[in-house]
Amino acid sequence: MISAKEKRARKRLRLQSAYHLTGIAIAIFFLAPFAVTLLASFRHGTEASLPPLPPWPTAKISFDSYRLLDTFGAGIWRHMINSLLVSLATVVLTVAVSLLAGYGFSRYRFPLKNVLFVLIITTLMIPFQSILTPLFIILAKLGLNNSLLGLTLVYVTLQLPFSVFMMRNAFDAVPKEIEEAARIDGARDLKLLGRVLLPLVLPGVATVAIFAFLNAWNEFLAALVLLSSNERYTLPVLMTAVRAGRLGAINWGAVQAGVVVMTIPCLIVFLLLQRYYMRGLMAGAVK
Amino acid sequence: MTGSGLPRQSSPRRRRRSQWRGLAYIAPAMALVIVFFIMPVLFTGWMSLHNWPLMGASRWIGFNNYFRMYNDSRFITALNFTAYYTVIVTIAIFSVAFPLAIFVEKERQFVSAYRTIIFLPVVVGLATASLLWVWLANVDSGFIGPALKGLDLVAKSPNLLATFDTAFLTIVVMVVWKIAGFTMIILLTGLQAIPAELNEAARIDGAGRWQRFVHLTLPLMRKTIALALIVSVTGSILAFDQFYIMTAGGPQNKMISVVYYIFNQSFVSFNLGYGAALSIALLAILVAISIVQLWLLRAGEDHP
Repeated sequence: MISAKEKRARKRLRLQSAYHLTGIAIAIFFLAPFAVTLLASFRHGTEASLPPLPPWPTAKISFDSYRLLDTFGAGIWRHMINSLLVSLATVVLTVAVSLLAGYGFSRYRFPLKNVLFVLIITTLMIPFQSILTPLFIILAKLGLNNSLLGLTLVYVTLQLPFSVFMMRNAFDAVPKEIEEAARIDGARDLKLLGRVLLPLVLPGVATVAIFAFLNAWNEFLAALVLLSSNERYTLPVLMTAVRAGRLGAINWGAVQAGVVVMTIPCLIVFLLLQRYYMRGLMAGAVK
Repeated sequence: MTGSGLPRQSSPRRRRRSQWRGLAYIAPAMALVIVFFIMPVLFTGWMSLHNWPLMGASRWIGFNNYFRMYNDSRFITALNFTAYYTVIVTIAIFSVAFPLAIFVEKERQFVSAYRTIIFLPVVVGLATASLLWVWLANVDSGFIGPALKGLDLVAKSPNLLATFDTAFLTIVVMVVWKIAGFTMIILLTGLQAIPAELNEAARIDGAGRWQRFVHLTLPLMRKTIALALIVSVTGSILAFDQFYIMTAGGPQNKMISVVYYIFNQSFVSFNLGYGAALSIALLAILVAISIVQLWLLRAGEDHP
């Protein structure tokens, strides 16, 4: 005979294994596309065009696909540098501009303050997809068409509503006494902001920086429209050209390698800074 | 509290100086918003009243671009397709994300690992995800077809992107894979905000699991659900990357969304004026939907 206690324990164990089996199935669905692509990107040149069962390299691990990727457009390094330049410049400018604006909105009184704040936040409600056509013309008039700087400035503007909102809240949370004490000690304006306040709002800065990086790195439509010459392409634009066969025959090995190159920075940034990312998500979505 | 300026100086002169200082701090942000946002928005309206080719002079044509829209069957097709896509994708995302949110709600072993794994595709770009899935679904060397054949589910590896139905299904599965984690997290915060005592009390009163879900959880989550709905609907109406990358608008040009159509008119055919008019139409649709959404959120507030 099994005791009632033992029965309950068995039932719990059964439920628990059912839970984790489901969990593993779910995890496979969400991870498999990454895993299959990563493995397949290391297949040998001739093997890369064969049906993908098994998806992993059977002969030996090879970097053929990555080497091949380098033959498209202006070479993969050029495009990686384009993407990195745009993303990092977007991060730096977004942080600088929203830090100043957040401080201004949190600590100063000036005419039309609320109107201006709402104006910045409205950017969220009118998506850039609906102003792309005039944006194209305006950038051309400013001499910023087909330029990475122009694209960066557009990305920074797209980041502003979220970032300014985030930074204003971060400054609101800093006790005014700290600032008053620093003022008495003689710190002024930008020095006060940089030396005394910046360290206190660093978590907010981290959140703003992560979102700016991921959005700039991943953005596709604006880059497709605003960049016209091959050597300026960011990675997503280059890779769609490879996928569409516009730069020669479609090579799926190169597409896989490109996907890996585009994915890895996102996953690293997210996994290292999950805490800040989630904080931004909550502030941005569930406010 | 935003209204309280920190430097509480008494003299009017110093206060005026601090006003200028406040404006100076927000000036760079305002400059960007004006040049790259306000100006384009206003300019869209102006352009939409012109015949505006890429080269050569633009010509005032009044509201003709708007009349043209009425009789543009390809635009109507794009509108219908976008609406259809938005409804299907939103339903699909919710029917995956809600069970997932419940699945990862309780703290237990490995649950944070599950949450992270489900969320991973969210941080990857939509263009990247589209490129990934277009290979998976590709007929010659893709993965899904041969895998289905290997499992004996189909006789011959299918070309998933060749017919509307299978291509549409592939895109919906891709988008669910990419977005469900995001919706899950939003719903999860809503679930976790429900006081445990309420659930406990309902259980003691004899309410079953399903009853508690329908009569307790759902009403309490109305606001969260409305929010997740808003994000999903607006995102889907603006869809472009997946159709451009995965099927190039095919098969038979049936997968051209509104944004894709604007892109084609503006940057392929270079009818920039007409593209601007279409943008205004898209904007009007989005504003109308925002109003409905705000109303939904408000309605949610009446029953907290």
